[in-house]
Amino acid sequence: MQNRTVEIGVGLFLLAGILALLLLALRVSGLSASPAADTYKLYAYFDNIAGLTVRAKVTMAGVTIGKVTAIDLDRDSFTGRVTLQLDKKVDNLPTDSTASILTAGLLGEKYIGISVGGEEALLKDGSTIHDTQSSLVLEDLIGKFLLNTVSKDAK
Amino acid sequence: MRKTSLIEKVRLFGRSGIDIVEVLGRSTIFLFHALLGRGGIGGGFGLLLKQLHSVGVMSLVIIVVSGVFIGMVLALQGFNILSSYGSEQAVGQMVALTLLRELGPVVTALLFAGRAGSALTAEIGNMKATEQLSSLEMIGVDPLKYIVAPRLWAGFISLPLLAMIFSVVGIWGGSWVAVDWLGVYDGSYWANMQNSVTFSGDVLNGIIKSIVFAFVVTWIAVFQGYDCEPTSEGISRATTKTVVYASLAVLGLDFILTALMFGDF
Repeated sequence: MQNRTVEIGVGLFLLAGILALLLLALRVSGLSASPAADTYKLYAYFDNIAGLTVRAKVTMAGVTIGKVTAIDLDRDSFTGRVTLQLDKKVDNLPTDSTASILTAGLLGEKYIGISVGGEEALLKDGSTIHDTQSSLVLEDLIGKFLLNTVSKDAK
Repeated sequence: MRKTSLIEKVRLFGRSGIDIVEVLGRSTIFLFHALLGRGGIGGGFGLLLKQLHSVGVMSLVIIVVSGVFIGMVLALQGFNILSSYGSEQAVGQMVALTLLRELGPVVTALLFAGRAGSALTAEIGNMKATEQLSSLEMIGVDPLKYIVAPRLWAGFISLPLLAMIFSVVGIWGGSWVAVDWLGVYDGSYWANMQNSVTFSGDVLNGIIKSIVFAFVVTWIAVFQGYDCEPTSEGISRATTKTVVYASLAVLGLDFILTALMFGDF
């Protein structure tokens, strides 16, 4: 009888451990059972990616449709090349769609927003989004503003 | 006279160096014998089960209670700091990452060293002091196999499970404070968490950490018991050593593991 309670206790303990792992996987890290295969890649070149990070989300109309998988510098054009991994379900993006780096809130994280164009041709796996809008850098904005006021005063 | 005393000091220094190397060597040989020597765990599953009960199940209460309170405190402190930046919805992410990466494995290992490690040392030390170990050897039963190996394996299995339970309970406690009490929106608590926590990066690395800690803490505890002076004073010293060494090893190793896992971003 004593042995039985010990065994039940250990069984419950092991079950609790496995349940904890499952909760951590599904509820906390949001690991989904769907395979990662149903995605495709796009590239976008930005003059300034300031603050964008890998794993940032890619949205369209506010809906998350993919994520940033890599950011590197293009040696020839000196622009930042961002690799986007998009959901295969959204495979009808026109070639003249615009990718812009946006900020969630005033100080929030950076993400990429895609707005659709009007072309007939569609973006395929591995193609590049040409129409891009870099992220706003506060220092640049202030610089422009100051320059504006100075030139106005000169007139 | 002065010269000899200097040489004497050097001799003592060398002596302590040799002692340290000797203990390290002895404990490693001890570990290999217990884990790999002649047919694994003696007594089969039954002994392991009994140890899992006394090492794992009996530690559940302290782990769950401290997990809930640590999660609650994290949420409370995080909320106070984050709300001054207007981003209190990130509290779930903060609680989850802190627990999974650091506090879960480390605090569980420290509590485990205090709750189960000291008990292991005292138990085995007492067996040695009352000559139970040598009697076992006398009748041809290998104490490494029947006494030590089940306890080692029980520790290796229990601590990672306890660490995961700790993290889950802590995150739940955090949601209790943040969502139910402080009024963070339920959806953003979990969504922010799921956006930032990755399974391979955070959950898995936390589990790897706790496996390493399990190995070190149980090894130290069992070896200290097996190697102690067979007197009541020796047992008490060995128990103290277990807690001190295991805690120091956990904290030191934690820094090294963190540097290896999360250092290169």
